[in-house]
Amino acid sequence: MTGATATISANGGSAIQLQQLCRHYRMGETLIRAVDGVSLSVRAGEFVALLGSSGSGKSSVLNLIAGLDRPTAGSVVVHGRDLAKMSREELAHYRLHTVGMVFQSFNLIPSMTVAENVELPMRFAEVDRGKRDGLAREALTRVGLQARMHHRPSELSGGEQQRAALARALINRPQLLLADEPTGNLDSHTGTEIMNMLRDFNRQLGMTVVMVTHERALAERYAQRMIFLADGKLVGDEANPAASGMDLPRVEAGRQ
Amino acid sequence: MKLVDLTELAVRNLRESILRNSLTTVGISVGVASLVAMLSLGIGLQQLASRRLMKSGLFDTVVVTSRRDLRNFGREENATAPPPGESKILDETARQEIERLPNVLEAYPDIRFPTTLVYDDKTHLTMVAGLPASAKSNDAFETLQGQFFSSDTAHEAVIQKVFAEELLGRTRKPGLDETNVRELAGPLLGKELTMRYAQRESSAAPPGPMKDAASPDEGDTGAAYSVVPRELTLKIVGVADLDPESMRGPTRARVFLPLTLAESLHIMLPTDLREVSRGAGDQPVYSSVNVRVKDPAQIRAIEDAIKKMGFNTFSILDATRSLQQFFAVLDLFLGIFGSLALAVASIGIVNTLVMAILERRREIGIMKAIGASDGDVQKLFFAEAGAMGILGGIAGVALGWAIGQAINLGTNVYLKRQALPPEHFWMVPMWLVGAAIVFAFVVSLAAGLYPARRAARLDPVQALRYE
Repeated sequence: MTGATATISANGGSAIQLQQLCRHYRMGETLIRAVDGVSLSVRAGEFVALLGSSGSGKSSVLNLIAGLDRPTAGSVVVHGRDLAKMSREELAHYRLHTVGMVFQSFNLIPSMTVAENVELPMRFAEVDRGKRDGLAREALTRVGLQARMHHRPSELSGGEQQRAALARALINRPQLLLADEPTGNLDSHTGTEIMNMLRDFNRQLGMTVVMVTHERALAERYAQRMIFLADGKLVGDEANPAASGMDLPRVEAGRQ
Repeated sequence: MKLVDLTELAVRNLRESILRNSLTTVGISVGVASLVAMLSLGIGLQQLASRRLMKSGLFDTVVVTSRRDLRNFGREENATAPPPGESKILDETARQEIERLPNVLEAYPDIRFPTTLVYDDKTHLTMVAGLPASAKSNDAFETLQGQFFSSDTAHEAVIQKVFAEELLGRTRKPGLDETNVRELAGPLLGKELTMRYAQRESSAAPPGPMKDAASPDEGDTGAAYSVVPRELTLKIVGVADLDPESMRGPTRARVFLPLTLAESLHIMLPTDLREVSRGAGDQPVYSSVNVRVKDPAQIRAIEDAIKKMGFNTFSILDATRSLQQFFAVLDLFLGIFGSLALAVASIGIVNTLVMAILERRREIGIMKAIGASDGDVQKLFFAEAGAMGILGGIAGVALGWAIGQAINLGTNVYLKRQALPPEHFWMVPMWLVGAAIVFAFVVSLAAGLYPARRAARLDPVQALRYE
């Protein structure tokens, strides 16, 4: 506890600070402690993996960092601002401009084309119509999907859908990329593609990446740091210097 | 979110479940159509009534009589007026003075006199009246057979249906009193009618003693007149289907002459007897003058002005006022009944949007996760409700208009069968078109209030958990 506080105060470049974070649900008579007193700090530009079995509370922590959910107790401070103290309006603004999210099930809107899906956050951000086209094209080019921008998500493969979701997450230039099991619905080849992209964003764009996964191997390959959760509690926090290297993926894949 | 984007997304979402949203929109349009139909019926009836009344000449006419006319004495509550004997004479000077008042279209004397007419060697006694050229637009002459006077001095006559029957020697059967005017007009139009009348003629030399007996304060009392019998041949140009017993101001006679012709004949009128002592000059004296007013709203002011001049006035103004009130209440009730269907339709909107929330739960969750605020989601559902409202409103106005046209057509076919002139019962004024669409929009927004709020408060974590 004191150690954690010391870490936070010692690290001026911290992007995310969780302090005694709790999220409890009531389900009938039973109280479910999805997140139960988690304290940790993520530095700006770090690639962190949240690991744990299902029900360990890793997704709940991610939702709290994303500002989609509010803590029962404790605080989530992102870039110096406490999300627990924000209004609903401020939280929406935070999600729009500071956070980009990708999900296991891609969560593209099926009635819209890929380009329209990517453009959607810019509509909420009230970006001019004229600018939106160019920016959407640029983001889709970055993920290699410019040829399929006028297709609907249902016409795309899983990997392509996740690339579109990545483009959408990037479109408002957030500093934080939160990924909830981004490769969970993909085969290993396309999963690798997506993970490489995540790492590129982390390195080239300097984005802080927090990824939730239950695959330790994946985390070891890409994350600079692995945080282990069980029953809503933090049970481990390991640095992973192996992933800091540049060309590990092929070597890692060979070992698998 | 910007309005353009909002509208675009709303329309896109509406198109996604096109059947359900179209049905809801049809519901709104039926509601709006019933409202438009009801209100335009009310408005149409009101306009029909006031058009009829305006044409009848009752509501834009002020009848001016002299206070010297004892038949009217005591009817006016004006106790401060001088006694009848000292009141002003309603003569040509007074008529011109009235005609110069603002908002007065014309002031014409009411010339009517009983006289005998000869047709086909038979003598008939009836009431003859002069008609101004403006009377042509009077609805009493709408069903006129033949035509109106060719000029204001033509030796022509328009006769009334009942008189036409008399001339032709037909008698009405009690049960069957609907004689066809056309039938009567056939044998009469173009025929000649001889009118015998008494002409007033000034005597050149007044006898001396009479001068002393007459009012000493008048300078022109020197003139006297004699009464000379005359005859005038008139051509029957029209047969009118109007009822002489009705309250139609200028038409209470059975034979009509052009007004200027009637005036030029210097016919002995009942007033001449009353004013025998003073009216012997060459200025005609009238028993009453009809004043036509530009706008019925001005009637009161004009009446007051004429009263100030020292005459009695009469108009049927209050009747219009209660009529207006009746139509206001009628419109209100028609509007309420019309709105009921729209109220039902607005429940349809609530239902559709609540369904849409359930269906698009996940989509709402996604939008919130990528940064949509509560306000964005709320506005989106509002926009969808509003778009359905506007579309329904436009379709409803069109539908209401079509129903109105159909009913107009139907009633006119019916009226034609009854040998009546066509009428437009149904009036959709431009303001009603605008108001109906705006009203549909506002009602839809109100209906969208609850669903939009519900969508906005949706918990994104919960919404995204559902597959």
